[in-house]
Amino acid sequence: MELENLSNLPGVSGNEQRVRDFIYKKLKGKAKHIETDAMGNLYAYFSSGRKNAKKVMLAAHMDEVGLMITGIDSSGELRFHPVGGISTSVLLAKPVRIGNEGIPGVIESKAIHLLKEEELKQYPRIEQLRIDAGFSSKEEAEKKVKLGDYAYFDTTFKREGDRFIGKAFDDRVGCSLLLDLIGEKFPLDLVLTFTVQEEVGLRGARVAGYKIFPDAAIAVEGTAAGDFPIEKDTGAFPELKKGPVLTVMDRSIIVDKKLFNHFVKTAEREKIPYQFKRPNIGGTDAGRIHLSKTGVPSMVIAVPIRYIHAPAGIMRGIDYRNTLKLLKEALKNIEEVI
Amino acid sequence: MKDLIKKLSEAFGPSGNEDEVRNIIKKEVKPYADSVKVDKLGNLIVRKKGKGKKLMFAAHMDEIGFIVSYIDKKGFLRFSNVGGLFPINLLHQRVMFKNGLVGVVGEEKRKDLKAVSPLDKLYIDIGAKSKEDAEKKVGVGEMAVFSREFRDLCDRVVGKAMDDRIGCVVLIEALKRIKNPVNDLYFVFTVQEEVGLRGARTSAFGIEPDYAIAVDVTGTGDTPEGWKSPLALGKGVAIKVKDRGMIASAYVRDRLVSIAKKKKIPYQLEVLEGGTTDGMVIEITKSGVPTGVLSVPTRYIHSPSELLDMGDVEATVKLLVEFSKERFN
Repeated sequence: MELENLSNLPGVSGNEQRVRDFIYKKLKGKAKHIETDAMGNLYAYFSSGRKNAKKVMLAAHMDEVGLMITGIDSSGELRFHPVGGISTSVLLAKPVRIGNEGIPGVIESKAIHLLKEEELKQYPRIEQLRIDAGFSSKEEAEKKVKLGDYAYFDTTFKREGDRFIGKAFDDRVGCSLLLDLIGEKFPLDLVLTFTVQEEVGLRGARVAGYKIFPDAAIAVEGTAAGDFPIEKDTGAFPELKKGPVLTVMDRSIIVDKKLFNHFVKTAEREKIPYQFKRPNIGGTDAGRIHLSKTGVPSMVIAVPIRYIHAPAGIMRGIDYRNTLKLLKEALKNIEEVI
Repeated sequence: MKDLIKKLSEAFGPSGNEDEVRNIIKKEVKPYADSVKVDKLGNLIVRKKGKGKKLMFAAHMDEIGFIVSYIDKKGFLRFSNVGGLFPINLLHQRVMFKNGLVGVVGEEKRKDLKAVSPLDKLYIDIGAKSKEDAEKKVGVGEMAVFSREFRDLCDRVVGKAMDDRIGCVVLIEALKRIKNPVNDLYFVFTVQEEVGLRGARTSAFGIEPDYAIAVDVTGTGDTPEGWKSPLALGKGVAIKVKDRGMIASAYVRDRLVSIAKKKKIPYQLEVLEGGTTDGMVIEITKSGVPTGVLSVPTRYIHSPSELLDMGDVEATVKLLVEFSKERFN
């Protein structure tokens, strides 16, 4: 499992280079062929050696949400825009790293001593926030930081028993799962696809789906688990330790029924726990891939993670292992439903 | 034609679950088609061969609906929308699941009696006594649609899912009437229009037509204190100029207008601010497809009682049939 290494790498949307390099090294010598495209998606081809084998694409995105530097104030404070979906509530007072050098900084937040009562009641708007890297003037800041530099959460992976804490589990967990499939034998031509720019609009997946145009596609994801106790008996989110999360419908796709049923049946047979994602929330690369050319039967499987799109998420190793197991078991005879 | 409208209107077919509708249409078109094919997303592609240009006619099979998101301890179902489900149309409506199970939409006690309850304050009551009882009948992720009988009001008809089963009927009826096609005709019954024009995208990519016409419904302004719109029931087929998603090909639009004038088919022009159709994505497929839209004027769209005029349906069929006979350079 490469989750620790993958989680620690910076790779905000459009800047996936280091994640891609790491994955490439893991694939080298193992895949039949590896290539990238103009967008920066990475493809690794594994052949079954069988004639007329079905082509199945597994997709995980390399990018994570983060920030981009958009301006430097005369005071040396750094203005920024979010890259991907981030709420102000997770940003305040968080340590970040800026640019390729990884300059450390902190997102500004008044100490409680200085906050007025009304400020305690609501978060500032995201455009009011600045990154403070300790510079005392624009000139000083400009020596180290320039417009367009990315910033990412300064979080180091931690493991405590079966509990993992880290950043960017969405979707390095998918990347790690895909790498764990290397060496497995399936009666399929498998294309492990590591996409770019999912968090800013499923962009890499659009061209990846067009390029590969597989017989079936599976997006392997990290998905939001219930981050809070449910007070009312009106809804539930996926939970940790309850197994891989299967999507029926989200904002980007209604999944292919045959693939979905195949995964449910496989989970039942192998006694692997599974749960359903709450409908109509979020979207994944599968949303783009399934509309490629004349259509690709597609589905989504995900590991439940608390606090995604934030500096640190929490997940359980058992969910990872069960997701991997379900993927392996389901791929063995997936050709029967394609 | 009314028998077919009834059958299709009452069929179960929320987005992604168009099987029942597809099977009815398949049976209906088979004797008239040169080929009948279902693509990977579930679009039904019916071809009637001709020597001229490739024309694609599209109507969507799916309807708006409900998807179960949660079953509570007492056996009530919480749900999310499949497509454009308006809360004001839902309260105390009956809904049905694929297996025939019927439920009623109820609401949490309202704090403000004048406000309409949003979706997350509504639930479906299937008469279950507990969570366990409910789970025997239905599961999270299953979809439901309005349960409502079709009714014949003589010149007009009313029923659920006229959006866009009436378009499907128009295509089927046109196919039946076209004996010797001048052009190469593809009648496409699409899936998942209501959740984002998805089936039209992939089917158009596969067919790569020279010209396309989407057939759908459009709202009217002819009701008491209604919307400001000149569109009205009984005034003929609506030829689209623009909507929120597309500007119809001026070439196709003008051609449709001139045919209507020549053949004395009643028509009205449609300029719509909200909503769009499969035409939007067909128009920008590959290097572009000149696309027009014919709309059947309909009242109460996305409600269980969509009401329309049979004369308008007839005009739509006629105009589509005549368009199919056009010769293009």
